[in-house]
Amino acid sequence: MSINVRFFASLRESLGKAEDSFELDSTNTVKDVWSRSTEGADMPVNTLCSVNLEYVDPEHTVKDGDEVAFFPPVTGG
Amino acid sequence: MISIRETHFDPWAELQAYTDKLSIKGKYGATGIFVGSMRDFNEGDDVTAMTLEHYPGMTEKYLEKIVSQANQQWPLLDSLILHRVGNIKPDDTIVLVAVWSAHRASAFDASRYIMEELKSNAPFWKKETLSDSTRWVEKNTTG
Repeated sequence: MSINVRFFASLRESLGKAEDSFELDSTNTVKDVWSRSTEGADMPVNTLCSVNLEYVDPEHTVKDGDEVAFFPPVTGG
Repeated sequence: MISIRETHFDPWAELQAYTDKLSIKGKYGATGIFVGSMRDFNEGDDVTAMTLEHYPGMTEKYLEKIVSQANQQWPLLDSLILHRVGNIKPDDTIVLVAVWSAHRASAFDASRYIMEELKSNAPFWKKETLSDSTRWVEKNTTG
């Protein structure tokens, strides 16, 4: 199945990429997507995750076509 | 209305223009307004500029969710959220939140709720420019 990945703010800069895209077997979680995209790097403890524009837990299971995003704590307003 | 702005806006002119078009004239007795603007200092350092990044799509979706939650808790007649992204300077407006209700308690409480939820959960990130470096703001102040 196909997964699209996006990184924002300080994570985008530290990882050196804003987007990623790859094929994954089924029954993968958001955490697995992070590992695949970062070549096994540890996820910073305060990282926030979303799937298709909704906040999710890192254990959330992804499905074909999902957009998975990772970003640091938000600082708007 | 919810709107993400990539260029400078005048919150008072925006508020006037929006209020002029409101169809609820005579129905509201209270307008609750919050305007957030950029400081030229943070954590003891001079800040000369700032870049505001966001997650297009998720930002709007999350702000709509906040307004929906506010509408479930208070009898609001209308609401307005404008938020800047892009390159900003000290004194530029970052955010305008306005709510309209029959009585003041709802206007005060709902505008505060919307701002606090926005700051805690809406996907925006600030990067500050200091005199000789840049840095990401790691967390918002508690209030």
